[in-house]
Amino acid sequence: MSLADKDRIFTNVYGFQRWNLDAAIMRGDWDDTRALMLRGQDAIIDVVKASGLRGRGGAGFPTGTKWSFMPKEPKPDRPNFLVINADESEPGSCKDREIIRHDPHKLLEGALIAGFAMRARAAYIYIRGEYIREAETLYAAIAEAYDRGLLGKNAAGSGYDYDVFLCRGAGAYICGEETAMLESLEGKKGQPRLKPPFPAGAGLYGCPTTVNNVESIAVVPTILRRGPEWFSSFGRENNKGTKLFQISGHVEKPCVVEEAMSIPFRELIEKHCGGIRGGWDNLLAVIPGGSSVPLVPAEQIMDAPMDFDGLKALGSGLGTAAVIVMDKSTDIVRAISRISYFYKHESCGQCTPCREGTGWMWRVMERLRTGEAQVSEIDTLHEVTKQIEGHTICALGDAAAWPIQGLIKHFRPEIERRIHERNGTGGFAPMQEAAE
Amino acid sequence: MPKLKVDGIEVEVPQGATVMQACNAAGKEIPHFCYHERLSIAGNCRMCLVEVKPGPPKPQASCALPAADNQEVFTTSPMVKHAREGVMEFLLINHPLDCPICDQGGHCDLQDIAVAYGKGHSRFDENKRAVTDKYMGPIVKTTMNRCIQCTRCVRFAEEVAGVEEIGAIFRGEDMQITSYLESAVKSELSGNTVDLCPVGALTSKPYQFEARPWELRRTPAIDVSDAVGTNVRLDARGRQVLQCHPVINDDVNEEWATDKTRYMIDGLVRRRLDRPFVRREGKLQPVSWPEAFDVIADMAAQAGGSVAAVAGDLVDCETMYAAKLMLGSMGSSLLEGRQTGLDYDTSSLAAVNFNTTIAGLERADAILLVGSNLRWEAPLLNTRVRKAIKRGAKVFAIGPEVDLTYRVEWLGDDLSLLGSLPSHVADLFERAERPTVIVGAAALKGGHGAALALAKRFNLVREGWNGFNVVHMAASRMGGLILGYARPGGIADLHYARLTFFLGADEVDFSRFTGFKVYVGHHGDRGAAAADVVLPGASYAEKSGTYVNLEGRVQRGERAVFPPGDAREDWSIFRALSERLGHTLPFDSLPGLREHMGQNVPQFAKLGLLSFDWTPPSLSESASGAVGRYPIQDFYLTNAICRASPTMQRCSAELIHGESFAEAAE
Repeated sequence: MSLADKDRIFTNVYGFQRWNLDAAIMRGDWDDTRALMLRGQDAIIDVVKASGLRGRGGAGFPTGTKWSFMPKEPKPDRPNFLVINADESEPGSCKDREIIRHDPHKLLEGALIAGFAMRARAAYIYIRGEYIREAETLYAAIAEAYDRGLLGKNAAGSGYDYDVFLCRGAGAYICGEETAMLESLEGKKGQPRLKPPFPAGAGLYGCPTTVNNVESIAVVPTILRRGPEWFSSFGRENNKGTKLFQISGHVEKPCVVEEAMSIPFRELIEKHCGGIRGGWDNLLAVIPGGSSVPLVPAEQIMDAPMDFDGLKALGSGLGTAAVIVMDKSTDIVRAISRISYFYKHESCGQCTPCREGTGWMWRVMERLRTGEAQVSEIDTLHEVTKQIEGHTICALGDAAAWPIQGLIKHFRPEIERRIHERNGTGGFAPMQEAAE
Repeated sequence: MPKLKVDGIEVEVPQGATVMQACNAAGKEIPHFCYHERLSIAGNCRMCLVEVKPGPPKPQASCALPAADNQEVFTTSPMVKHAREGVMEFLLINHPLDCPICDQGGHCDLQDIAVAYGKGHSRFDENKRAVTDKYMGPIVKTTMNRCIQCTRCVRFAEEVAGVEEIGAIFRGEDMQITSYLESAVKSELSGNTVDLCPVGALTSKPYQFEARPWELRRTPAIDVSDAVGTNVRLDARGRQVLQCHPVINDDVNEEWATDKTRYMIDGLVRRRLDRPFVRREGKLQPVSWPEAFDVIADMAAQAGGSVAAVAGDLVDCETMYAAKLMLGSMGSSLLEGRQTGLDYDTSSLAAVNFNTTIAGLERADAILLVGSNLRWEAPLLNTRVRKAIKRGAKVFAIGPEVDLTYRVEWLGDDLSLLGSLPSHVADLFERAERPTVIVGAAALKGGHGAALALAKRFNLVREGWNGFNVVHMAASRMGGLILGYARPGGIADLHYARLTFFLGADEVDFSRFTGFKVYVGHHGDRGAAAADVVLPGASYAEKSGTYVNLEGRVQRGERAVFPPGDAREDWSIFRALSERLGHTLPFDSLPGLREHMGQNVPQFAKLGLLSFDWTPPSLSESASGAVGRYPIQDFYLTNAICRASPTMQRCSAELIHGESFAEAAE
């Protein structure tokens, strides 16, 4: 059993219809938004809590709970802000892009309702710098919404004044981290802040702020319209709702598809992607949640439920549900090495373990790729990942460490084979002398 | 007051304290690089990780984590040890480990912490990162390979110095600290970044490759480059002072010092007067001490009571006291220290003192600067104003506009504004709890009375608060005023003295002095050039001296080195001369002098902050006329030592006059 068409939230995710306001209204967006808002701010938060919606940006924090941290009565000189994270830079992820370019009004309506619920004065949408066309679409959509009175003063006739600002990033992955995003929005260098204080206490310009993913915000109006029970009827306990999965890599038909949470991996691939390239026996490994989660080898992932807890049990994570499928033609060490390079390139450089460690890991990975190493270096590398993990300000250090840990955990024989092959010595490279 | 346990030791810390402070309170040392108690918290070096329960199952940065009730902190658990060793290894993999050729060697945090908390070996087999060195001006030498990106210098420049000229560019392992466009950092406090740098990335350019810390003899002293009285430590090797570092004194300089304080010391070995001179046939000829004294004695006999003394900006109270006593015995009280011709009323010292105190200035909530370029006249007061602004103070100023590094509302440069402040300023001062007026030398002439009238109007002096302040620029000024080096008519009263002693006085208009001029000082500067007899004295580094800073704090410095050649400590020159003149001074040792001084001038009997009764003189309350230019036109060349210092000359040429210097490529 999989998601029926009538239960899809993102009805225009493929862009078969136009994105603009009229078409969006035809699809049911902005349908009496005022009535949804008139339910009251706490009622909206309660509905979102009851729906079991967990943040779609990767960490999976319950969205309703997050909103409830915001001050109920903001001070006039310290308004609340909603920041919407559209800096979708995780390799493999492309769901927010589809939402923004084909269904931007879902996001804008969500922004209004969510902002209203958390008593925000305005929403800032921080969009990835490379999303040029998407930003154009979103600018146009915001202009449309303002023209029709759906945003701005007395937004959607609700009597609530609310602005939405769009801010384009400059292409740094780290600006997708919520506090780095706030820094960047303030015009500073995008570097994560120390927590505490959390953004709900002191965020954008020192004001209480909630940072949410595009998808988390965009599903809210539909949840309100169809009720929390409908949303929570999908997926397993604690992993409710529908989710945009983005399947890339060695499947017959890579795609972005909305599916119920907890759908087994095999069903997801068979139903929407036309199966694995070369058949299921050809599957090598899967990175189930974007580049920052550890890979899962074929035999473990095949029948695993695709949700937060199911993948956590496998030592990986759902992340953004960016499923990267790799068949047996993949040079798995090279693949992970490339991911290491990405994190080395995108480390902000603020804190020591990540700044120094990502480069070190990448260089060792490059040598492991060619086998130009010693077997003991695999253990050293693993220790280095452990020295980074959990010791950094933000999660980029963890994200850089996990893929390598996953590789070593599941593909150590492959790495050792390369070393042996290159050295032809049974693992012990000839002693190298320093040149001096 | 959270109560928590650190390694089983229960401690109670003030609300808002961090876990690191709690650990320190429990006697546990936490290694750190980026954390500095006078800067904002960055939390980026990750060296201070500790295990905290309750909390996430990973170590936390103790510098940024607030201490809370019932926390349990572990500073030596396996998790913490692993974290520290890991961070240390990361810090060292791209560090060049060139300690043998690094000026930081021997007082390097990275060395110390690596020895104490590191693993002892590295597993890093790759090539190390190379970073191009950056130009940061005549004071700071960079070796950016050594940088560990702690950003202390960045935060100092932004938060304390107020110049946003140091920052980090690029990201990840390519992140580099640099000055804006790699040009000189235009701050009078840039030398502090050298002290702040926990590694050898920023070192002192004038001191490069000079000495190792264990070769140096350390002497506590008081800085004389301005009237703040910065507490310093003079590091000397042999007969030369090689370094000058600030010493922590929260009441005065916190732990900062200006570049002038730090780097004018290389002027101490240049252009020195090392033997007596007598002018014969228009030229100064070297002579022996007795010959010089004979010449003076002849003149003294002719002059009778028409003898005067002008105290320079750098002299200590002992010198002034000995000179005063000698002149007194000759029947003269023609004493003056305000060399540039100021003649403000000194009948009440409270009216010319910095009453708010330096530390107290932080608490001011409304500040009016009258004719003071605080950034140059007292840079460390300027940093206090910045702190006050951070707490919400508003600053207004009367005078020509200058960049004070913070937001100031310039009201204009006419002193008549003192009597007709714009209403919003007046309102603010009416409402302010701790209103403060700071009068600079440029406004003392003509604006003193009007400023005192403001003190009355806004009730600046109230229970627990005195908001009336005068900024002096000479280290000798307050001491001189206490000793009576002030004539009602200013220095003009002395112009016709037949014999004048200049105690290191170089800023005087010598052409107005018609009599015989004796210069007692340490540098061959303007005073020596104009003198008829030159007696070589000791600089502040070469004598133990008492100084009173602008807030009336009596402080004492020690002797770091001996004066060069035949030069003597100034007080002993007057002791010897008085004997030759037949009025032997009643002491023959420094302790003897101090005891005598303490008995006659009770303010100097003990060290510490003096209090002056608030009995302002009644002066004319009207003021008009523009505040002309500020008295300091070149921050780096304000006294004889600076003018002899190549470093200060270079700073002046480059930072003030915009000259550029080519650096050798090495």
